[in-house]
Amino acid sequence: MGAYFNEIFSGLWSLLVGMGITFREFFSPVVTVQYPYQTLKMTDRFRGHIELIEGEDGTPNCVVCGMCEKACPSNCISLSGEKPEGAKKKELTKYQLDFTKCSLCGSCVESCKFNAIEFSKEYNLASTRKEDFYFDLLQRLKDRNP
Amino acid sequence: MSLTLLNVIVAVVIAIAFAALNAAYLVWAERRGAARIQRRPGPNINGPFGLFQPPLDGIKLMAKQLTIPGGADKILFMVAPVLAMAPAILSFVTIPFSENIVAQDINVGVLMIFAFASIGGMSLLLAGWSSRNKYSMMSCVRAVSQAIAYEIPMLITAITVVMITGTTDLMGIVHSQMGGIWHWNIFPFKAGLFNPLMLMSFLIFFTCSLAETNRAPFDLGEAESELVAGFHTEYGSMGFGLFFMGEYANIVIGASLTTILFLGGWDSPFAYFPGVWWFLLKVYMLIATFIWIRWTFPRTTIYGLLNLSWKILIPLSLFNLLLTAGLLKVF
Repeated sequence: MGAYFNEIFSGLWSLLVGMGITFREFFSPVVTVQYPYQTLKMTDRFRGHIELIEGEDGTPNCVVCGMCEKACPSNCISLSGEKPEGAKKKELTKYQLDFTKCSLCGSCVESCKFNAIEFSKEYNLASTRKEDFYFDLLQRLKDRNP
Repeated sequence: MSLTLLNVIVAVVIAIAFAALNAAYLVWAERRGAARIQRRPGPNINGPFGLFQPPLDGIKLMAKQLTIPGGADKILFMVAPVLAMAPAILSFVTIPFSENIVAQDINVGVLMIFAFASIGGMSLLLAGWSSRNKYSMMSCVRAVSQAIAYEIPMLITAITVVMITGTTDLMGIVHSQMGGIWHWNIFPFKAGLFNPLMLMSFLIFFTCSLAETNRAPFDLGEAESELVAGFHTEYGSMGFGLFFMGEYANIVIGASLTTILFLGGWDSPFAYFPGVWWFLLKVYMLIATFIWIRWTFPRTTIYGLLNLSWKILIPLSLFNLLLTAGLLKVF
């Protein structure tokens, strides 16, 4: 008989404890983010696809040494450059990234000695056509600062 | 008040409007409340605070095609949702919201509401049976065993209250509790009757009304994780809408009945300014507790549900019935 009432009271108490927890949560602030309207800042170590870094004069830091191209295990990167008349160093004319093959290993960023490429914070990538993931990074750089 | 045809029509129209409005906006309140408990914002896109969500949901449901599964019992399939909604609306007719606001005061109001509540259980049986779907079938068997198990303690506690007040008239039950919080049936300080177990009776009644309305944690009839959607698996369009509205209308009825039987109806706790706002305040507090409970506890098993009723609620409510009878005899 004692066990019977004990079970009732301990059961009732556990229910009240549970309701206390949800009561507290009800008055706690909302933690979810309304995605299309609000976005979170990406963390420092987030790896998006690579992006060119520009120097102070607005041109890419890249000197077209081709180390990233060699370092890439999946052959995602193809770049080319030319040396204009009278200039000291080569100038980038094309930087093509095939993001469909990239696994974000970071070998290209590690291999770069001229601080010319970095991971972007881009994560809103969705498409039904794979052509949308062949990025022309030089064009993207130009689009960033019109 | 003479019951002319016009009176009846006006009363029924008001009851339908009240039930539909409550059903629509309780869904909104439930979704917002659930969201807050889970620390989400809830529906907030359509209108301020998402207040346009329920009418838009209603339009969506009405625009959909009503399909009847092949091999289903057509007549019963169509009757079941109506049977879920109609008793809930009819029950509103006899509920006294205040001294003056009652569509038709019936001197067997308690009995009438319980009778209609049983018809609500019947609609689940018909829906599950006529759908020709094995999950619906299992669901309706569960719902009926649940309804039987929980109507007994609910009726016994209601009889306890009826014995104390000496009337089955809802108006009379409220009148006997007038005059401040210490006269309410939930507290044991009534003159000439010091029954310390009335609070327990209130809890039993409240638990039973949760189970009667098929609310979580007793929503075994529509256990989504096991039975798809239970008895309303095969219903779409307004068939589903009627079940949904019926469920919420039943919640309002259950909360109103709890208020009338135990919390003094429209009586104010300070013995002045009694009125309809006190009634509505108490009802919506109870409904908020319904929602709060739903989003706190997981669903019970069918064994836990039946054990709770037959092993705990029925013996305790019977004991309180006997105790009340004894106390009424002695004092």
